[in-house]
Amino acid sequence: MATIETQAPEGLNGKKVEQLETVVVRFCGDSGDGMQLAGTQFTNASAVFGNDVSTLPDFPAEIRAPAGSLAGVSGFQLCFSAHDIYTPGDTVDTLVAMNPAALKTNLSDLKRGGTLILNEDAFDRSNLSKAGYATNPLEDNSSLAGYRVHKVPMTRLTRDAVEGLGLSQREADRCRNFFALGLVYWLYERDSKPTVQWVKDKFGKNPAVAEANIRALNGGYNYGFSTESFTVHYQVPPAKLAPGKYRKITGNEALAYGLATVAKLSGTRVIYSGYPITPASDILHELSKLKHFGVVTFQAEDEIAAMSATVGAAYGGNLAVTASSGPGICLKGEAMGLGMITELPMIIVDVQRGGPSTGLPTKTEQSDLLLAMFGRNGESPLPILAAATPSDCFDLIQEAMRIAVDFMCPVIFLSDGYIANGAEPWRIPKLSDLKPVVVKHPTERNSPDEFLPYKRDERYVRPWALIGTKGLEHRVGGLEKADVTGNVEYSPTNHQHMTDIRFLKIAGIADYIPEQTVEGPESGDLVVVSWGGTYGSVRTAVRQAQSEGKSVAHCHLRYMNPFPRNLGDILKSYDKVLVPELNRGQLRFLLRNEFLVDAKGLNKIQGKPFLISEVAEAIRKFLENGSL
Amino acid sequence: MSVELPQLSAKDFASDQEIRWCPRCGDYSILAQMKKVLPTLGIPKEKFVFVSGIGCSSRFPYYMDTYGVHGIHGRAPAIATGVKLAKPDMQIWVITGDGDALSIGGNHFLHCIRRNLDVKVILFNNQIYGLTKGQYSPTSPVGARTKSTPYGSVDRPINPLCVAIGAEATFAARAVDVDIKHLTMVLERAAHHKGTAFVEVYQDCNVFNSGAFNYASKKEEKDDNVVYLEHGKPLIFGKNRSRGIRINEMSRPEIVELGGDIREDDLLFHDEKAPEPSLAFLLARMRYPEFPEPLGVFRDVQRPTYDEGVIAQVDAAVAKQGTGDLDSLYNDGDTWEVH
Repeated sequence: MATIETQAPEGLNGKKVEQLETVVVRFCGDSGDGMQLAGTQFTNASAVFGNDVSTLPDFPAEIRAPAGSLAGVSGFQLCFSAHDIYTPGDTVDTLVAMNPAALKTNLSDLKRGGTLILNEDAFDRSNLSKAGYATNPLEDNSSLAGYRVHKVPMTRLTRDAVEGLGLSQREADRCRNFFALGLVYWLYERDSKPTVQWVKDKFGKNPAVAEANIRALNGGYNYGFSTESFTVHYQVPPAKLAPGKYRKITGNEALAYGLATVAKLSGTRVIYSGYPITPASDILHELSKLKHFGVVTFQAEDEIAAMSATVGAAYGGNLAVTASSGPGICLKGEAMGLGMITELPMIIVDVQRGGPSTGLPTKTEQSDLLLAMFGRNGESPLPILAAATPSDCFDLIQEAMRIAVDFMCPVIFLSDGYIANGAEPWRIPKLSDLKPVVVKHPTERNSPDEFLPYKRDERYVRPWALIGTKGLEHRVGGLEKADVTGNVEYSPTNHQHMTDIRFLKIAGIADYIPEQTVEGPESGDLVVVSWGGTYGSVRTAVRQAQSEGKSVAHCHLRYMNPFPRNLGDILKSYDKVLVPELNRGQLRFLLRNEFLVDAKGLNKIQGKPFLISEVAEAIRKFLENGSL
Repeated sequence: MSVELPQLSAKDFASDQEIRWCPRCGDYSILAQMKKVLPTLGIPKEKFVFVSGIGCSSRFPYYMDTYGVHGIHGRAPAIATGVKLAKPDMQIWVITGDGDALSIGGNHFLHCIRRNLDVKVILFNNQIYGLTKGQYSPTSPVGARTKSTPYGSVDRPINPLCVAIGAEATFAARAVDVDIKHLTMVLERAAHHKGTAFVEVYQDCNVFNSGAFNYASKKEEKDDNVVYLEHGKPLIFGKNRSRGIRINEMSRPEIVELGGDIREDDLLFHDEKAPEPSLAFLLARMRYPEFPEPLGVFRDVQRPTYDEGVIAQVDAAVAKQGTGDLDSLYNDGDTWEVH
């Protein structure tokens, strides 16, 4: 929490106002306490105010774990700043804990001297015991020493605030999150208008509930304003982002908007087939609302059906997409192979989560890269793209479809739980800046007597004949086929030829994608190579190292297969290569294999993104000691 | 405006690929009848798609000069769903087998039918795995001695029509591969049905399960062992058409001899349009040798199709909101300007 103005001016009600650059707030409570909602609203208020924001929702896989239990704690962290930021922050400046379990599981992330806001009404014997506290941490002198503690009787104050609206006690207590939110709004001078409007829209049919939430919000705000407990509050000025119009967007929203854009600008329907799975389901939810853009959604009976329908829809001439997470991608493997050998355009989105098996459904991880590379039988290479940030999903999903259509192949798109659920400001694009996906179907035969479905162009790309076109009748299938005619063909030399051609086609995509760039010096002591959702932490850590005068560059990959043509040269321009990943070293494995470089890994498999400090520390150690 | 359709013949639907089924396989007859039926439908050749899974029967699309997908094991209905949603004006035929549809692909089979996707599903039932050379299938009878059941199968077989009717198939029928005229009629009926048209074809695998359906296909036997279903007609069978099916006081079917005090009016009359699937289910459960097995159309009712519903929602969304405006999508909700 860098203070840029220590001489605090007098604020409203005689309270001090301090100006801050960057603040990290975390709301935590029971899964039923509405913490995700409070966090989302705070994010919105901060984004609308003009701060740069980055969020990290963190919730349990169970919808409602037993109330008050450690397993049931749900949290939402956000960072808002007066400059551009790339992560939701390492340590927390202000922690709101709605019960003892939330305090216990989150306190270690609060920085020393940080602000701790507690619902003291929830610290009763039953809740304390569920959280494993032998004594009440609010009452001893040691547990919370070193923090600025505000014990607020939120349950009671919320009930008082909503009195007279005819709400049951249970309904009244559901407004506690808005009380907490209002208090933090006061603390950081947030405008509550967007939230009030949201409440009115959301509970329009239930005016008593709407009124209760607004009263709770105002109650919290006024509590901060009037009580002596809070002596200071803070301002975080708007960030100086690139000029333009902005909105907040999550990765899954951006992906859905990108697909609606593809449908609209190409004039070809997008068919999205999916089976519900965390953390990919929101893509299906979003797209099912966007039918008027030319999007068809199909909730299939299982993952295999979703993938098979995607192959069918591609044969049917639509822009076919499916999305899942690791367990679902495993099930799709065989049908992805069918998409590969039939050489039809489609996208398979993998929103990665902690694995193996069911693993950590709601936590993030980057451990499906090798699954994407090698997770099919036979020689079955596919292009792989990986989004770096939530808003990057918008651009990159369009790029994925462009590659799929231009090269007639399935494309794997890697996102992850952190990107999918995380939000950031998105500079709204101008339509004229967007590049449509161009869909072309032949209308006539490509040889005098017959249509040859596997007759290729110089890039080994076959034509995409639209079914229903007279004279182009042809069959595709999973059996090995003769080149040019596509007829079933088992001969040894043909199989070698076809395997090679399919490989060369994918490898050749490297000639059509942009060359890799680095941030920092073009050669030097160290290059840090990252991919996917670790972009923000790695970029920030590398910038810190650069500002300390270290010879470090950051190379962030979005094209995972094939790699950009110049990647090998880049890696050889630095003495050392560090690859931080949320897995045991999957990109490192590929880089070592492809370029014979002695890359070292920083590997974290905890269901959480990297802290900036973890990457910064690895950079420092690696440069100083030559090892990690 | 009248559109002149080209006169097509069976030959127009034959692809140039060499057919690689075993000699005398029942599949040949089904292929031949299919090629006969398609030109009668008044649909241009390029409007057909054949989609299959894996198995002997699933090679079918390669032998038709139409659009086609030879898919993966069990997934043909799911692939067909994608094709149909992408191109609703195509007539789609799913070709599958007892292993493909009922074992590995059971889930997709079920969901295709309950959604009433507008596709024809032709299940070649030979009660054996042919392509993998002779293991028992989900329709093999208890006790079947096969390569994987040398001591006899202990699996209770699944009844394909019961599954289809249980999922409330809007069209369900059964035919026999070599009963050419009847098979042609059933395929025609399926072709004209809107919605999932399910047809079970008894198909002889003369290599691994020869003669499994002799009771229903041999001239000298079948009259006593099958009963042909005709809408609105009583169930009468036997060489001399002297026997019939009656529903007894326990609501169970029973075989009765006509003549004496039992007249045709006392028999069970077939009603393929019955809104409830109960009658069709009862008929599907009549199995040889206890009963003559019904052949023909068990059920033929109308219900909105899945693909119609999906496309109607897209059209309705466009009618209500106009074709989507990207600018307003991007700018939906709270926005702010940075100068």
